[in-house]
Parts: sequence; structure tokens; C-alpha cells
Amino acid sequence: MTTPSTDHRTAPDAAGPDGLRLRDVCLTLGDGDTAVTALDHVDLTVAPGEFVAVVGPSGSGKSSLLAVAGGLQRPTSGTVHIAGTELTALSDKERTAARRRHIGFVFQQSNLLASLTVREQLLLPLHIDGRLDAAARARADELIEAVGLAHRTGSRPHQLSGGERQRAGLARALMTSPAVLLVDEPTSALDRVRSAEAVRLIAEQTHRHGTATVMVTHDTAIMDAADRVHEMVDGRLS
Amino acid sequence: MFLALRDLRFARGRFALMGAVVALIAVLGVLLSGLASGLADAGISGLRALPVTHMAFDEKATSEQFSRSTVEQEDWEAWAGAPGVERAEPFGNTLVNAQVTQGEEKGEQVNLAVFGMAPDSPLAPSPAEGKGLKDGGGGIVISQEIADLGVRVGDVLTADKSEVRLTVTGLVDDTVSYGHIGVAYADLDTWRHLHYGLPGELPEAAQRQATAVALTLEDGADVTAVEKATGTRADDKETTYGASPGYTAESSTMALIKGFLYAISALVVGAFFTVWTVQRKPEIALLKALGAPTRYILRDALAQVVAVLVVATAAGTAVGLALGSAMIGKAPFSLSPPAIATSAGLLIGLGTVGAAVAVRRITAVDPLTALGATR
Repeated sequence: MTTPSTDHRTAPDAAGPDGLRLRDVCLTLGDGDTAVTALDHVDLTVAPGEFVAVVGPSGSGKSSLLAVAGGLQRPTSGTVHIAGTELTALSDKERTAARRRHIGFVFQQSNLLASLTVREQLLLPLHIDGRLDAAARARADELIEAVGLAHRTGSRPHQLSGGERQRAGLARALMTSPAVLLVDEPTSALDRVRSAEAVRLIAEQTHRHGTATVMVTHDTAIMDAADRVHEMVDGRLS
Repeated sequence: MFLALRDLRFARGRFALMGAVVALIAVLGVLLSGLASGLADAGISGLRALPVTHMAFDEKATSEQFSRSTVEQEDWEAWAGAPGVERAEPFGNTLVNAQVTQGEEKGEQVNLAVFGMAPDSPLAPSPAEGKGLKDGGGGIVISQEIADLGVRVGDVLTADKSEVRLTVTGLVDDTVSYGHIGVAYADLDTWRHLHYGLPGELPEAAQRQATAVALTLEDGADVTAVEKATGTRADDKETTYGASPGYTAESSTMALIKGFLYAISALVVGAFFTVWTVQRKPEIALLKALGAPTRYILRDALAQVVAVLVVATAAGTAVGLALGSAMIGKAPFSLSPPAIATSAGLLIGLGTVGAAVAVRRITAVDPLTALGATR
């Protein structure tokens, strides 16, 4: 594994001094007697180009960590910074825009849109942002090539294998040159060999594009590709 | 429309089914509009063609005024002299059965809606063929509707019972009818003979009567005084259509059917897009997680709704027009472009409203559900 480095960022100014920084983040779900502490004073800093894995059993708060880091959910307390911007200080609208521009999500089982071809999946985030131009199309073709889906450009999700879907999801997440890449259980639908390949690809892309990458997984077998591994138990990060 | 069009193509089977329902409703909409305008033509085109703004009826006649009302000479004279009245003249209306007694179709039974008027009044027809009306002599000018039965200029018709002889002196180009019966124009004297069923000399009183006073009023004229003095009530032209037999019942039946049709269409479209939106929930959550503003998703969904409705309505209207053209002449049917445009517009408009209520659910979808754990 190559040394994580900040030199590979395609847009260094977008990332700012740091990629992702969570400070003393707490998240309580529900209220009263049914309240659950999903995140318990979590601190996490991920530098641009760094690949951090968070492992833990289901229910440990891994998904909550992604939800808060990705601006899908407001923490109960604490701050989240992305590319130098304090995500927790933004309005809902600004948070949506921040997700669109600075955060790349790779969802469990990739979560592609059924009616779009692989190429269109990649173009969608830029269409949403009103930036669908020739440069975007070139970047889409480049990323499709990079994740090894050149022969699948015109295929729709139902024609793809689980591994291919995962790679398409990764390429889509990288389309907007995000500062932060958040990966949710990338191997849940894959066998052992494919899992290793998928995680290797994530690591490779992280280093090439200089994203601050957080991958949550319960699969301890795929952690060795990560630069750093944290364990999550009952909302606490170690 | 990035996603909307691709979804339409991808789920074309489902959208085609819903589109077919809308298209069939559009076909029905065109046919009903055609039938409604056809029935209106058959019911009141004779009245519509009269150059008047109002009709004054005996105020004691409150419905079916054209058969129940009688006005006297003093009445139309009083109206003619009243302020705000440009023109007032007697108008007679009666339905008569007659038989062709001289002509090609000898023996043929003919129904006539006889409109009586002074030959020199603007109400009198200007025939395309033959001569216009003149006082006395039993001459009538027939409309195309009656000519279609084989009656020609020069034929002689004999009214049933009264045995009044009518000579066809002229023919107007238009198909004008009243109460589904072709209009025949007659001078007042001839009309009175037919109306009272009396051949020969008419009694003194009958010579001074008509059904209504045909009026041309100035805009905003206040005629309460003359109404009171004469014991008549002036209705505007559109209101008098309701006084023609069956017209109100026919038009309200049509309006009711059309209303239900639009309501059903809006509900079908609403139900379809409710199911569709619920089904799309995971994709909507994903779009939101990717940073799509709710406005972007709503706009996309509504564009899809409008695209489906416009295509389906256009296709249905085209089929309806083709079917309707084949029906002209075989049924009381006429294609009126404004009525068809209104019908298509309502279908699209109300369908959009129905679907808009359904796609509003998009706003409530939580992007958090795009993450695996909470799914």
C-alpha cells in the first residue's frame, strides 16, 4: 500500500486544510425511555487521500457515523467539518448542496437507479448540480474506464453483477470530485474474492483522487486495504 | 427530465397502461363533446340564429315558454316604445306535423318547427334558393334539415288536422332546428293559422297574438318598467335556450357525464402516480442523499406527469376526432374545436392536479433511508 498523501488531490483547494473532521460528536436517537445513544463523543479526523475503515457489529453506530459525516443527519452535539466548512452549522438547503458538491456516497449494494445506464448513473449527480457539460462526460468515461466498466457503459443495473454495480456506485460517487468519500458496507453482496477487489479499488481511487475516505463494514477480512482501522462498539470509536 | 424520460422508457409498459386509460377517456371526451354540441345544435340552433339579444315571454309561463307563452300586440308595441329597446317584434313558435301533398316525396310525413315573424323584420330568413317570406298566402321558407327529407322549393305541404296548405317558397343554407325538428319560417298570419289549427279567416283576437316579443336591447338597458306594464319578462338569449323542449335536461345530462369523466380521470391518474411514487421511494431517498433538492425531484416528476397526460390526451383526441367524423350525419353530432380543446385541456389540467397531490409525497421522503442500516 502506498503512503497516503495529500499530493494526489485533483482539486486541492476544495479540500482545504483537512478532509473530514468530527469533533466530540454525539447522536441520540428517539427520546425518553426509548432513547438510544448511537454516537458517543466521537472524534475522527481523516486527511485527504486517507482511507479509514470503521468496523463493528451491526447496531454499533457505524451507519449513524456515516449519516452524520455525510450530512444526512444532524448530530445532537459536536461539530462536523468537511473541506474546511462546518457542516453542522449549515441550513438544510446548504447541507443538501454540500452533499451534492463535496460528499460522495457509495451505498450498500451500490443503490443505482433502475432506469439509467452506467454512464447515465455517473452523469446524474452533475445534472442535479446543473454542471452536465463536455468535461463531465469526459470525466464519466474516464472513471468508467478506471473502475473497469468500459464494456458496460450502456448497461442498466439489472444487467450488472453485484461487483459491477458496486464499481459503478464508486465511480458515481467520484464524479463530483468530492472531498469526502463515504462507503457503506461495500462487500455485503459480494463473495470473498470480489470483496477484496472492491476494497482494493476503493483504496486505489482514494489515493488517486485524494478523497478523505471512510468505509464502514462488519467484514474484518477486508480491513487490510485501509490506511487506518477504527473499531466501533456501542457508539464509541477507538 | 433527465430521469423522467428514462423512467418512462424503462417502465413503458406501466405508463402505457395508464396512458391508455387517459387516452380512452379523451376519446370519450371528444365523443361526448361532439354529442353535446350536436344535441345543442339540434335543440336550439334555430334560436341561436335569430338576430336578437332577448325574448320577452308572458310572465305567467315559467317553463317551456315557447309552447306556453302568449303575448299581445299591445305588448310588442309597448316594448318597441320603451327606453333601451332598439327593436321589438312579434315572434311565433309552434310545432306542426305536415304531409307533402305535392312534390317528389308525396305522402312523406314532415315535422316542422314553425317560426312566425313579419316578412320585413330582421328575423326573417334570407333564402339561398327561392324567395323570402311575404304576408299571407301560406308561403314558408324551410331550413336544410327539412330539405334533407326530400322537400323542395315549390312543394306543397298540408298541415295535419287544420288542413292549412303551405307552399315552400324558399330554402336557407343552414341546418337550423329547434327541439330536434327542422325550422320552417312563416309569416305571422300563416304561423297563426298553424298555431291555432284554423284554416280560413282567423278570429279577431288570434290576429293580435304571438308567442314572444323578440327584442334587441341596448347593453345594460333597464326594462323593469315595461316588463311590469306588459306582464312579460325578458330573458337573455342563452336563457331562452332553456325554454326549448328537452334542452336543459340534455345539456345537464351531458355536463354531468363529462364532470364524472374528468373526476374519474383525475382519480385514476392520481392513484397511478401515488403507487408509482411509493414504489420509487428508495430511489427518491437516494436522489436526496446524492444532494438533489426536493424541487429538482418534484420538477422531474411533474414533467413526467404532464408528458404522459399530453401524449395520451393527444392520441385519444385524435382517435376521438376520427371516430367523431364518421358519426357526423348519423347522430346529433358536431365537432366544435373550442369544446374539444376545453375537454382536452381539462383532462390534462385535472390529471395534473390529481398527480400533483400524489407526487407531493416526494417532499416527505427522508434521504437517511438511503443508508443500509435503516432500510
